[in-house]
Amino acid sequence: MKKITGAYAFIEALRCEGVKHVFGYPGGAVLDIFDAIMDAPDIQFILSRHEQGAVHAADGYARASGRVGVALVTSGPGATNTVTGIATACMDSIPIVVFSGQVSTNLIGNDAFQEADTVGITRPCTKHNYLVKDCEELPMVIKEAFYIASTGRPGPVLVDIPKDVMRGLISFKYPDKVCLEGYCPTYKGHLGQIKRILGTILKSRHPVIYAGGGVVLSNASAELSALARQLHIPVTTTLMGLGAFPADDPLWLGMLGMHGTYAANMAVTEADCLVAIGARFDDRVTGKIDEFAPRARIIHIDIDPTSISKNVQVDLPVVGDCKGVLTDMLEELRDKQHDVNELHHGVQPWLDLLEQWKRDHPLRYEQGTGLKPQYVIEKINELTPDDAIISTEVGQNQMWTAQFYRFKAPRLFLTSGGLGTMGYGFPAAIGAQVAFPERTVIDIAGDGSIQMNIQELATVVQYNLPVKVMIINNGFLGMVRQWQSLFYKGRYSHTSMAVSPDFVKLAEAYGARGLRVENTADVEDAIRQALAIKGPVFVDFRVEPEEDVYPMVPAGAPINNMLLV
Amino acid sequence: MSMKHAISILVDNQAGVLSRVVGLFSGRGFNIESLSVAPTLDPTKSKMVITTTGNEQVLEQIKKQLNKLINVIKVVDYLDKDYVEREMILIKVKAKEQTRTEVLRISEIFRAKVVDVSPASYTLALTGDQDKLKAFIELLNPVGIIDFVRTGTIVMEREMQAKRRTDS
Repeated sequence: MKKITGAYAFIEALRCEGVKHVFGYPGGAVLDIFDAIMDAPDIQFILSRHEQGAVHAADGYARASGRVGVALVTSGPGATNTVTGIATACMDSIPIVVFSGQVSTNLIGNDAFQEADTVGITRPCTKHNYLVKDCEELPMVIKEAFYIASTGRPGPVLVDIPKDVMRGLISFKYPDKVCLEGYCPTYKGHLGQIKRILGTILKSRHPVIYAGGGVVLSNASAELSALARQLHIPVTTTLMGLGAFPADDPLWLGMLGMHGTYAANMAVTEADCLVAIGARFDDRVTGKIDEFAPRARIIHIDIDPTSISKNVQVDLPVVGDCKGVLTDMLEELRDKQHDVNELHHGVQPWLDLLEQWKRDHPLRYEQGTGLKPQYVIEKINELTPDDAIISTEVGQNQMWTAQFYRFKAPRLFLTSGGLGTMGYGFPAAIGAQVAFPERTVIDIAGDGSIQMNIQELATVVQYNLPVKVMIINNGFLGMVRQWQSLFYKGRYSHTSMAVSPDFVKLAEAYGARGLRVENTADVEDAIRQALAIKGPVFVDFRVEPEEDVYPMVPAGAPINNMLLV
Repeated sequence: MSMKHAISILVDNQAGVLSRVVGLFSGRGFNIESLSVAPTLDPTKSKMVITTTGNEQVLEQIKKQLNKLINVIKVVDYLDKDYVEREMILIKVKAKEQTRTEVLRISEIFRAKVVDVSPASYTLALTGDQDKLKAFIELLNPVGIIDFVRTGTIVMEREMQAKRRTDS
């Protein structure tokens, strides 16, 4: 068999994994792979302007498409720059594989130029990572990396490849399967336990489904909707779960937690049966943990056993893939029509009460003279097609989007939920646009966050990616300012963004288009105009500087203790 | 209730696996009291024994988190099992004229071995469970301990189990 270099074996392995797009940034230790990429026109390489941007783009690509996102960077600073992106993907369980160059094996440990202990640095923020010490191992390591990233509870995997491994010669053969003795995720839920949870649900009178990102990751939205509709159970989701259940369904309660809706937070507090599906009882969801769902029998379906009873003691756990478990539940319900009818009858007063809460306490904001950020999001929601992909940065822009944009399908909302990474949204939108060149992709940003990865303007211009960035510009790090206003006596310590670039001119300087909106009356036209432009656009919405996000549960308070507008 | 647990962890015998396990403990705020690690009969695998304390919920999390590591093959908590536990100590004690026989008498009672002698000291080696080692140290304390080194606990399940797990 003809021998090829490790660099060419790398390309072959990507082909075997069906990789069509790689995001990254070159450098000395990874030159050999970049050289080989020149001979692989079937793999499109997207050059970011910072390695963090490349990893977020791979992450956005994965979230939008469901395929594994791939990033390729050099050693040392190239690799350390990926850490925030990797940690972001790890917290939200996003399948990406990051390849980093490394100094030659004989130099490792010598403090060589651009050397960093990449595997050591990324160990706590990856699902798994590898240092490839022998060229012969490369195909198997890549196979395992993709397998581990995409199965079980997904997550980022990093593969560190020394320069001499890229240059070594091997007879390339891509393995058919992996052999990992210590890794076999449980997909199939325990049938006896599934029967027990159905029994509990069917006997409940105040049931609520609390769904999370796991439903999106396992592509179980259809099954979730079927179960909720069949049993007449209202649904709330976490930030990561938005889109897992359509926001126009009558059973939809809105998001729960710190900035959740009144109806969702009250429903969970009053529930007698809480069905958690692919969610992990994060502190931003539960508020004061002892008073979370105090009256409920708690059912928890999750593929990751460590999520179960980690924060909240669960009464009935099922370890398994959300899609599989929900499918089994639907199957079990087939011959239980009598019990289902009983349930319908029994939950009706509960549904009526929830309707009343929704009517009495909808998401709202006070109209004022200035431009309201919530209005901008409402208009974006109104004017974008149903399959538009929306990413956000982190902070008020993110919470208003979660509240006022009505996601009707999964994989349309890309946001850094767990790590809360400012600067995530723009590169993530780039990744989504690469995956779906024809779809509308919008990053809803803040004036603070957008500046954390604003260099990616060059990327969207270079590849003519028509990403629209809607900057909710209030001149503040708005969410931090809101906390200072509410809990730190209004002392605005370093949250003013009074000095920012002229975003319109900046976009134009990069060769993109820029628009500015200062009046409520101009919002609609500006959004239409931006959507009609066939290239990247920045829209600078000058909104009211001190608008707050409500409802809000103060940190550490129970979630039925909401500050309302 | 917080209890002491001995956990054995069968892992791939590869570079970096120890730091994955130890990093998990430190990163999640779990406590390691002792640790021992060495290759097993199958040289591609190593066995670690970690002793730790925590309540039931914490221990459950530790075991689940360990199992989640790709290189961890099997985790066994010995709390519900009958097992043999051993640890070794090398202890250097002062041996003055009036205490030399006392030291030898104590080490005989414990079946410790004298592994090094000097005009002013004895170095003794003892294996046993943690209670035995603790008692040995306490008895030698008045004589004057110069230094000691301990290996960390190792455990092995007894072939004949008197305790029976009820939930299996």
